[in-house]
Amino acid sequence: MKETVATQNYTAVEDITGLYQSNTELFLEGSPDFMNDVRGKALDDFVRQGIPSTKDENYKYTDLRPVFEGDFNVFPSYVDQEIDFLSLFKCDVPKLDTFVILTVNGWYYQRNRNLDLPEGVIIGSLAQAAREHPELVAQYYGKQVKTGKDPLAALNTLLAKDGLFIYVPDNIVIEKPLQVINLLRAKNDSFSTQRNLFIVGKNSQLKVVFCDHTLSKKKFVSNKLTEIYVQENAVFDFYNIQNQHNESANLNSTFICQKASSNIQINTASLHGGVVRNNLEVLLNGEYAEANVYGISLTDNKQHVDNYTHVDHAKPNCTSNQLFKNVLDEESTGAFAGRIHVWRDAQKTVAFQRNNNVLMSANAKIDTKPQLVIDANDVKCSHGATVGRIDTEALFYLRARGISEKEAKLLLMFAFVHEVIAQIRVKPLQERLDELVDKRFRGEISKCHKCMFDCNPKSLK
Amino acid sequence: MLKINNLHVSIEGKKILKGINLEINPGEVHAIMGPNGSGKSTLANVLAGREDYVIEEGEVTFFGEDLLKLSPEDRARKGLFLSFQYPVEIPGVSMVNFMKTAVNEVRKYRGQKQLTASEFLKLMREKKELVELNSDLASRSVNEGFSGGEKKRNEIFQMAMLEPKLSILDETDSGLDIDALRTVASGVNALKSPQNATVLVTHYQRLLDYIVPDYVHVLYKGRIVKTAGKELAFELEEKGYDWIKKELDEEES
Ligand SMILES: Nc1ncnc2c1ncn2[C@@H]1O[C@H](COP(=O)(O)OP(=O)(O)O)[C@@H](O)[C@H]1O
Ligand SMILES: [Mg+2]
Repeated sequence: MKETVATQNYTAVEDITGLYQSNTELFLEGSPDFMNDVRGKALDDFVRQGIPSTKDENYKYTDLRPVFEGDFNVFPSYVDQEIDFLSLFKCDVPKLDTFVILTVNGWYYQRNRNLDLPEGVIIGSLAQAAREHPELVAQYYGKQVKTGKDPLAALNTLLAKDGLFIYVPDNIVIEKPLQVINLLRAKNDSFSTQRNLFIVGKNSQLKVVFCDHTLSKKKFVSNKLTEIYVQENAVFDFYNIQNQHNESANLNSTFICQKASSNIQINTASLHGGVVRNNLEVLLNGEYAEANVYGISLTDNKQHVDNYTHVDHAKPNCTSNQLFKNVLDEESTGAFAGRIHVWRDAQKTVAFQRNNNVLMSANAKIDTKPQLVIDANDVKCSHGATVGRIDTEALFYLRARGISEKEAKLLLMFAFVHEVIAQIRVKPLQERLDELVDKRFRGEISKCHKCMFDCNPKSLK
Repeated sequence: MLKINNLHVSIEGKKILKGINLEINPGEVHAIMGPNGSGKSTLANVLAGREDYVIEEGEVTFFGEDLLKLSPEDRARKGLFLSFQYPVEIPGVSMVNFMKTAVNEVRKYRGQKQLTASEFLKLMREKKELVELNSDLASRSVNEGFSGGEKKRNEIFQMAMLEPKLSILDETDSGLDIDALRTVASGVNALKSPQNATVLVTHYQRLLDYIVPDYVHVLYKGRIVKTAGKELAFELEEKGYDWIKKELDEEES
């Protein structure tokens, strides 16, 4: 794999900044000014904040410094792969008809086929869109991303070159979900940056499914940032199925700004991965908007999944629902930090948050920190968190009917997370995820390098 | 079928059962009666394999095999069934999925072939009718939001699905109105055969009007203190437990 830049060591902030400074040309090349102009501030912001560690209030439960240790390749330009992924990733899920798009190491895969889309809709490479539609992209790019407040966002903005761009103009309903398979594949340990930008126009509807995969056994750190604008009365679904191997770190930030009467669902299933950090910020910035924010994680081994959510009610009459459920086995660890902030004058806010956790082993550990900040007086808000073990009464009941202990536990764990899966608004996807979760609990996808849609990339090593 | 010999059981250091002896043969119906707290549920739970109890002494065989060594699921697969006094609610696990898993695991163990989806649904429909279980209950989560009576019917429904050899019904009658009691009883009677046996745990005589026992045992303070035919139940109904308590307490002193 040519054209990648190797760093000696990423442990120190200086190494990353050094990497950028000695290869600035490469990082600027091909990007328009509006992407390059913000790199300077991003650099300063990153240097000031450093690699996230438990000293940061927002990263209290996840020290990312070990993740950044070692030598990595980065991808400041597109690297073609010798394999035709599309021929390998044929979706064979009955009933689930999707548009399929691939990204590879953060870049839009250049052999993606053209999709048969309604007029005016753009789905493609961010780098390309930035060149071809600079005014459109510049109008939104980075506008929600506060690099001064989050080091991962700063780092992403510093190194961002490509990713997925989606633009759905007003009044267009795209029924067929867009399935985006994010592949990581490299011959060396790698650090990838992916920058996505989605705009869903007024009265429009879009459903996006992300499937994150690692296709080679190297160590991967991927720093993905997705910025989303959901305009008046639009409906947007964003399903994330994270399935990377244990040597990977999936750093995933999503920023969403909702206008009046819009409705979103974000549903993230962390099925597998070494270290997973999901940052999610939702700004309800128009009246009568609704945000449904859900997640599950299933961990074992020494895996670590940290969900950090921040829902801002900026305008009156909005609703937000958050439900996160985690099942932790063996020595795995997890965290949930969820914050609801109801702004002054955001009256008639309805905001719920719930986090339930089941520890399957004595060595698993979860930290949960729900937070509610209310600056308005006429609101309906609640939050709650539980940490429990498997219900022994229920377990005995099932066993007393002839069901083995293993199967009984599976039934109970499955029932526990199904509440979240049941929220998915695409029925075949819901069924598929049920099946995947079942497989995951049975240990059948622990070494999975496959796509969630069973597309079996046989020839990949 | 079932032989209990000198069974002593404690929980959290507290002795509950203090030397139970009982033999149950195919075709028989036994009633175990006794005041609250005498250890009836403890006995039922120990037989079903609940793990919180400590067996201090004694043996139990089921068709000649050491029952106490078996896991709860193996006991069920070999034909032991407990209708719980307090059936637990299991949100998110549908009755259909639960029963399909149970029936097929039991069938697998018994060397019978797995039921197809349609065979299973047919079986389910049949057995549901037997206990007049509301048909939408089957599509709900296990016991979730069921009324007391529905929970008890559901227990008998499960019994009908699993075709056990020995059924222990722990207070299946309590909390049932007379109609529900009749339905449950006729369900139990319909499932009776010369090959299987039933143990009715109750502290009322009421149920015994509908399911006639061959033997009535009185369990008191962890011991079976009296065994007789069904007439004992009527005597208890008339006189309450006090006369037995008095008799025993006098013996003790
Ligand atoms: N989990 C437990 N921990 C401590 N004591 C218990 C427990 N379960 C039952 N017991 C005690 O054991 C005795 C017998 O209870 P139980 O078997 O439920 O009686 P019955 O079913 O005859 O009413 C009672 O004194 C009860 O308090
Ligand atoms: Mg009892």
